Amino acid sequence: MSSIPLTHILFVSTALFFIGVYGLFTRRNLITMLMAIELMLNSVNINFVAFNKYLYPHTLNGVFFSLFIITVAAAEAAVAIAIIINLYRNHRSIDVEDAQEMKY
Amino acid sequence: MNAIVISAVLGVVMMFCGVFTNSKPAVRFVAIIGLLGLLIANVLDMGGYHFFNVNVNGMLAFDIFGLLFNTIAFAATWIYFLLSGRDMERVGVNLAEYFALIFFVLCGIAIVSAFNSLLMLFLGIEIISIPLYILTGSDKRNLKSNEAALKYFLMGAFSTGIMLMGITLLYGAKGSFNMEVIRSGTTTLTPMLAAGLLLLLFAMSFKVSAVPFHFWTPDAYDGAPTVFTSFMATIVKVAGFIAFIRLFEGCFGEVHKQWQLLAAIITAATLFIGNITAVFQQSVKRMLSYSSIAQAGFMLFALVAMNETAKEGLIFYAAAYSLATIGIFAVLLKMKDYTFEGFNGLAKRQPVLAATNTIFLLSLAGIPATAGFWAKFYMLSAAINNGNVMWLVIVGVLCAAVSVYYYFRVIQAMYFKDGEPQEIETSRGFKGLLIVIAAVVVLLGIFPHWLINQLYSFFYL
Repeated sequence: MSSIPLTHILFVSTALFFIGVYGLFTRRNLITMLMAIELMLNSVNINFVAFNKYLYPHTLNGVFFSLFIITVAAAEAAVAIAIIINLYRNHRSIDVEDAQEMKY
Repeated sequence: MNAIVISAVLGVVMMFCGVFTNSKPAVRFVAIIGLLGLLIANVLDMGGYHFFNVNVNGMLAFDIFGLLFNTIAFAATWIYFLLSGRDMERVGVNLAEYFALIFFVLCGIAIVSAFNSLLMLFLGIEIISIPLYILTGSDKRNLKSNEAALKYFLMGAFSTGIMLMGITLLYGAKGSFNMEVIRSGTTTLTPMLAAGLLLLLFAMSFKVSAVPFHFWTPDAYDGAPTVFTSFMATIVKVAGFIAFIRLFEGCFGEVHKQWQLLAAIITAATLFIGNITAVFQQSVKRMLSYSSIAQAGFMLFALVAMNETAKEGLIFYAAAYSLATIGIFAVLLKMKDYTFEGFNGLAKRQPVLAATNTIFLLSLAGIPATAGFWAKFYMLSAAINNGNVMWLVIVGVLCAAVSVYYYFRVIQAMYFKDGEPQEIETSRGFKGLLIVIAAVVVLLGIFPHWLINQLYSFFYL
């Protein structure tokens, strides 16, 4: 079980987090951006579970926090998809570049 | 605890109202009475009457600071319902649901002002944010509203991700979410702890729109239906500051100096960018959203100073800023043209609206004999008491001077320019309420010690 060191798991979660950040800033498709956000949230879940398992195995704090994150992420995704569908009805496109009503 | 339970129940009640009645005055009446009940329950909570005894395992701590802030937030929301409740009908058909969402936001505010565990901070912030995304996009046919909701959501979700990464690093370093545990051993910073605290600082700066992270604010506030901008820019923004100050109070032990410098730089940048950009705006609504960034800069003084004066000052600032801004938005809502030209000649057609609006704008600019002056005074004196950041105080005073320019542009348009006055329908009750709010703003400006003494008697009883 403990043959995999903690740092390897942290490396995976950090990489996922930054892939998510990169995706959010470079992609132009709204669904892809939503997926990038989910990637960020899920990398945090991995982090929580790993810390809990390796560093503080006598409590379940981290695992429960990740359950809360999953719930909130689902609620957020529901709202996000509602917003995207609404935008699609008005714009006929889910490209963020097309949403440019407001100029600085 | 009263506020959290009752506001959540009221949210559900409002949703059922939408099912059982189509009468808009009835829905509004239920909302106003319900919020009044919530306010009274919260005041009773301060007096020691707890209706609900829930074992929260130390995850929430109901101190007088948070409860007092709840009272001010609920009172401001109540005034907002009375002034602008009628205007919500124009946004769409789902009036009851809008009220329900606002009650859920208030539930989040009550959690955020009492959290003692990072889990509760996260849940509170999300309970505030998710209904706000919906409210921002509630004008479904309006492209600007759609786009604002989209931008707000993307930036909000991104900052949530950053905040969670910060929390997870703090958890890795400390093994607990409890604020006392996190505060107790933070005298020396390990890299993981420092990274966690920095990420939390960035995420919270996003939520209160401090400057390097403010890009979403003007678009979200400008695109959202004006009724809800009023709510977002006042009560919700101030709640973010309460969370901010509760989170970082005493978190930094040995590195307090460096932390203060970082907070001071963010504050100076917020004041500078917010005020300078507001000068160039053509629309009053957009000017007000930049002004909310500028006012956020003043509230950030509390974070830099981090002493008792700052905490009391922040509550006073919350009251002064919310009252004035809700008043201005209530007047703005009655206009059809949101540019500065739209205000031309308003004083001739609507003397009451123009006069009360002038008082609110003077209060925001911080002119003496209004509440805004004392709010700024307490913030600056807190920073001076702290002693390390005199340069920041000078920046603050200079930026307050800049802010006079764009607030006075509106006053100038109302009184000294001739224009086609717009047709504005106002009821007698609306005008009366505006006069009462203006009177409160002036009274707080002349006798600030009344409110401050109340605060003291609550803090040190």
